[in-house]
Amino acid sequence: MAGSGTAHLRGDKALLSVEDLVVDYPGKAGTVQAVSKVSFDVLPGETLGIVGESGCGKTTTGRAVLRLDRVTAGRIRFAGEWIEQADERRMRALRRQMQMIFQDPVASLNPRRPVKDIVAEGLAIAGSPADERAAASATVMSQVGLDGERFADMLPRQLSGGQAQRVAIARALAVGPRLLICDEPVSALDVSVQAQILNLIEDLKAQYDLTVVFIAHDLGVVRTISDNVMVMYLGKVCEFGDSAEVYANPAHPYTRALLDSVPLTDPDKGFAGPALEGDVPSPLSPPHGCRFRTRCPLAQDRCATEEPQMNEVRPGQHAACHFPLPPTT
Amino acid sequence: MSDERPPEAVSTQPLLRVRHLRTHIGTPRGTVRAVDGVSLEVERDQALGVVGESGSGKSVMARALMGLLPPRSASSGEVFFQGRDLLSLSRKEQSEVWGKQIAMVFQDPGRPLNPVVRVERQLTEGMRRQLGVGRSEARGRAVGLLREVGVPDPERRLRNYPHELSGGMRQRVVIAIALACEPDLLIADEPTTALDVTVQRQILDLLRRVQRERSMSLILISHDLAVVAGRTDRVAVMYAGRLAETGSTREVFDAPRHRYTRALLAATPALDHKRHTPLRLIPGSLPDPTELPEGCRFAARCAHAAEECLDLDPYLAPVGADHHVACANPAAAPTAPTTLASGGDPLGR
Repeated sequence: MAGSGTAHLRGDKALLSVEDLVVDYPGKAGTVQAVSKVSFDVLPGETLGIVGESGCGKTTTGRAVLRLDRVTAGRIRFAGEWIEQADERRMRALRRQMQMIFQDPVASLNPRRPVKDIVAEGLAIAGSPADERAAASATVMSQVGLDGERFADMLPRQLSGGQAQRVAIARALAVGPRLLICDEPVSALDVSVQAQILNLIEDLKAQYDLTVVFIAHDLGVVRTISDNVMVMYLGKVCEFGDSAEVYANPAHPYTRALLDSVPLTDPDKGFAGPALEGDVPSPLSPPHGCRFRTRCPLAQDRCATEEPQMNEVRPGQHAACHFPLPPTT
Repeated sequence: MSDERPPEAVSTQPLLRVRHLRTHIGTPRGTVRAVDGVSLEVERDQALGVVGESGSGKSVMARALMGLLPPRSASSGEVFFQGRDLLSLSRKEQSEVWGKQIAMVFQDPGRPLNPVVRVERQLTEGMRRQLGVGRSEARGRAVGLLREVGVPDPERRLRNYPHELSGGMRQRVVIAIALACEPDLLIADEPTTALDVTVQRQILDLLRRVQRERSMSLILISHDLAVVAGRTDRVAVMYAGRLAETGSTREVFDAPRHRYTRALLAATPALDHKRHTPLRLIPGSLPDPTELPEGCRFAARCAHAAEECLDLDPYLAPVGADHHVACANPAAAPTAPTTLASGGDPLGR
């Protein structure tokens, strides 16, 4: 899998469009290409889910869009503007329109500031007067379900994980973003709290006309929230398409394997399909050709020599595979 | 959800029989009643799943069974293992059971391994000390164990340090170490939580396979109902230090009767969940473990709580052949609605 190509992009109508994004991390043992020619786009009002296992580059992709990580190559267009070269000053202004929430909610909040200051900080940086900041902070706090004075003066360590994630969401909303990038926002939370946060993100998305990029390793979570889904492996895109289609009829063998590895709540089944063999190879020396071929049950000689490109397999569903799977339904 | 479980006809002695286990931990904020009256049994060759969210007491219970409790904690009750009460054994006798007859696998595959000691010594240390196996035989056994848990090229891996292995490989090595003294019971506490989904799958398959091949008993602890569903014979759902529901895995998943079990299942996003439809919520949060309520501990979050639920502590009562629920007003069984239920809603609303 794990291919390149831009055949799945939908042109100018996208709010966010990423083309051939490359992010290198130079290290002592060599350079790791964490993201290797990744392309995707998100239309206004859409939610794109990005799934994959550790080391697939999903988090780096999200961070690179906000230019929190150095972009080595490729292009990023946000609201019609090419931003991969934008200077830091311009990025500061743009980041009011593109906000991010992170996996560890408590660690992402300043431990010494009370909640009301944390939430209003983005506005303070933007130069809003104090009374406006207080009003805006109270509004977003009630939007995320943390009403009243009780929470305003709390410190992050006094909050539960779910409450801290609500504060992080309030902080992101306070500056009025158009794009919200959520990096594993519910992975550290219990199932019952996770459901609360997912429902909250859905509500706020409708209320604030948000476009969302939702990064997660849990396929069930992504299914619930996404319009489109992008599956990544070892820095490459495997599959991109309508989430209902991708889940019902995965075209890429890796997508199939991921779905088959999710434990089912059915005591008779256990799993939907066979296990994937082996481990993810070292990102320092990824396999040539298709990066998934060393674990792929369908790999052939061609997969070692020729890197697959993104191709439309079925309407609205693209995969980077020489031997895509036929529909199962 | 008290532990007053009615006596059952016991034909053969179960491998592990826990009666009225309480583990209370002293903290600056007061006494945390982490495990507060749990009774359960694990038969030989059987896998028991224990499911609960953070704060349910599932990990503290596992540690109590392994004698790995934090300082300032006190356990009471009985833990009969092969007929002996572990809580009243001498230290010397305990050390023969823990680590040898009962072994444990933890969540983080990195931490239980010593980073500056090669895999070989970590694998052979236990069997040489506990079983008195000689050096060369221990080495041979170590190779066999690594092969059994699916580590490729085991002779070479013996010379590796833990950091030279991937997360999945490390967890396989940890499982091999746990198996080294041929335990009768393996306790796996969230063994796959830190792992990726395809690797989690491999480790879950491995645990079930070795449990069956070795005719060993297994306690598989997870916050994830699905992890436990396909891999256990019986399941116990924990909430706020107590068992809410217990029974054969098939019965509990096919016909959950406790409102909490149902709510937890409904809140789990499934692969076929219709997109952009809200997940069913469990309102509120766990009760403060230092100030637990008088009555049912789930009552404050339960849509079906009656007045009596706030005062009366429900006990585990039978609702099926192998199915017990601690609820004064359990949900109806989907196929045969009973008069106990207030309504026939299959989702337990």
